[in-house]
Amino acid sequence: MIKLRLLFTTLLAIISLAAAAAAKDITMGFIYVGPKDDYGYNQAHAAGKEGVSKLPGVKTVEEAQVPETVAVQETMRNMIEIDGATVLFPTSFGYFDPHILKVAKQYPKVQFLHCGGLYTPGKHPANVGSYFGYIDEAQYICGIVAAHTSKTGKLGFIAAKPIPQVLRNINSFTLGARTVKPTITVQVIFTGDWAMPVKEAESANSLIDQGVDVLTCHVDSPKVIVQTAEKRGIYSCGYHANQSSVAPKGYLTGAEWDWTSVYSMYAKLLQEGKKLNDGGIPHLVRGGIKEGFVKVSPYGPAVSDAAKKDADAALAQFKNGTMVIYKGEIKDNTGKVVIPAGTELKQQDPVLEQMNYLVEGVVGSVK
Amino acid sequence: MEPDAAETFAPEIAAVTMAASPPSRRRTFRWRSKLEAVVIPVGVILVSMILFGVFVALQGADPIAVFASMKKASFGTWFSIQNTLVRAAPLMLCALCTAIPLRLGLVVIGNEGALVIGGLCATAAGLQCQNASASTVHIVMAATGMLGGGLWIMLVGILKQYRGVNETISSLLMNYVAIAVLNQAVNTWMKDPDSLNKPSSYPIPDEKMLQPFGDTQIHWGLVFGIIYCFCAWFLIHKTTFGFQVRTIGANIRVARLAGLAVGPVTLITCFLAGAAPGLAGMVEVAAIHGRANESLNAWYGYTGILVAFLARQNALACIFVSVILGGLLASGGILQRAHHLPDATIVVFQGIVFLTILFSESLYGRFKFFREDTA
Repeated sequence: MIKLRLLFTTLLAIISLAAAAAAKDITMGFIYVGPKDDYGYNQAHAAGKEGVSKLPGVKTVEEAQVPETVAVQETMRNMIEIDGATVLFPTSFGYFDPHILKVAKQYPKVQFLHCGGLYTPGKHPANVGSYFGYIDEAQYICGIVAAHTSKTGKLGFIAAKPIPQVLRNINSFTLGARTVKPTITVQVIFTGDWAMPVKEAESANSLIDQGVDVLTCHVDSPKVIVQTAEKRGIYSCGYHANQSSVAPKGYLTGAEWDWTSVYSMYAKLLQEGKKLNDGGIPHLVRGGIKEGFVKVSPYGPAVSDAAKKDADAALAQFKNGTMVIYKGEIKDNTGKVVIPAGTELKQQDPVLEQMNYLVEGVVGSVK
Repeated sequence: MEPDAAETFAPEIAAVTMAASPPSRRRTFRWRSKLEAVVIPVGVILVSMILFGVFVALQGADPIAVFASMKKASFGTWFSIQNTLVRAAPLMLCALCTAIPLRLGLVVIGNEGALVIGGLCATAAGLQCQNASASTVHIVMAATGMLGGGLWIMLVGILKQYRGVNETISSLLMNYVAIAVLNQAVNTWMKDPDSLNKPSSYPIPDEKMLQPFGDTQIHWGLVFGIIYCFCAWFLIHKTTFGFQVRTIGANIRVARLAGLAVGPVTLITCFLAGAAPGLAGMVEVAAIHGRANESLNAWYGYTGILVAFLARQNALACIFVSVILGGLLASGGILQRAHHLPDATIVVFQGIVFLTILFSESLYGRFKFFREDTA
């Protein structure tokens, strides 16, 4: 009898230990390149961190305004050594090479998950992974809403740099808009850098002076642009986070990240004891509207019912996976065919990650 | 700016003789003025800490605990001392870009631009000779980095000397030009086609990078910085050339009257000043980034200006101030992580220190106790 009880308690102990191990506590570290309240890229990540920190067994630690220098290596080491972080999310693109790669080699047991990077098996350490979302899907929806709202037939897009990620957003926005009005144009201004509030405001004013009546953007903090649009009495679509509080009248909708769902997914995998090193967590994670990586802001008061209907229809197509944005024939704005008729490029297609053109309807140049 | 300038009320010739008189003439130890040079900076730090403590308390954190964390994160462990020293290295080199021309009476703030140009030139040269041995690559990179940064600031000197353009404005604007040149270079003629979403130059091969010492994080940048500061101090204070520089700084008209070659001295001084951040740019590329891209523009230059003023344009003091400021910057993270203070907190502290220092400049010579000739 005693033996049986002993056996029973041992079993119970083993089970409870296993349970504890199964849902073990994890400390997640988040690093941002700008301020947490920038109404943009960094705020979106900080909101994701807030969201995941509410989960049981998840501890979080964060640091903002960390430049892409040795400073970020130091922050990563501090989070590991002092705060006991076992997984790090350094969210700026420029953190990857050389900083994450270097620190990841020094701490092979820590998981490094980078936003936007391109993980190459064999070349990069096994404890490094990357995640990103197809936010151009949400831009496509914004394009539909913008085209419905515009009276002048001129949309404006203020972008940081002519790199593939940005060009893809401009093109998807334009393609979305052109499904509604095939003659609509999108004027692009490249400011040259991610955070140039003065230049962004100037660009916004100059576009509005030229007759643009819906503005959107791809810069780190869209606040200035959305604010300028509201002040000048035109409409705007947001980016990265929800900026409707800045423009209660003219804010139509926006392309937003939903990092809470992505970080919660990672937290669950990590609590189950899965790791990048053994393939338990995939090295490359990508997703769009369907996978919950991105979303569109709730429609503003200026959005018409017709616009809502079209946008919701496209949204439903994204959710059931039948929508393909890059479907031939697509010409660039110099008249050259970039995607031939009959070719469909799905979101995961690596060809799209090397985009170097602006589609027909965009006024501007990548040079 | 120049504390010695206070003495220019004396007749001009007297100013020259004062600058000329060797300091070791009087054998008596001038302890009072030495004490003043220690007491006032220490007072500055204490006052800044009190002001910062009030700010921290207003933000709802415990000032004592915050100071304890800052000490731990900057000088508390070998791990944190390494972080501090790594941060200090580019600061001392950048500080010299402001500190050296201040001796001439020029306020040059083109540190950031010289760093960027130096890094860009060093990368270009390093890529050209990447098949040579590692030490050759390092020497070529360091030389071109210094040449690039030096010529960049020399241009400021030329504009000042021959066209009368204000050096502060021109050097500030040239920072933006330098950053634009960097962006243009990595987007066009130096671009690695694989660097899609972050345009960068081709990488310097890993084995040709500057390696850290042993298993520490500390690299050659710190050694370069300390050596450069020593050389600059020696040049300014112990050589004929330095004497000319100080004379021009004390009174340029008298210097001309005495037949000093003001133009060449100004240009050479500007070159040496610009070469320092140029070298810092080379170290950033060769020890950290491995390639040139927008990350080179990381505001070390602007912090360097702060260091130069805190060190009262003394090249040796730049070393110590850089280490202290490096520690301060290195402790910025823990304020966010452990005390949940806003990310701008450390900038607030920097600002408080800077303002207090500027204010303290007006205190020198005000206290009777510190005067040598109290009798």
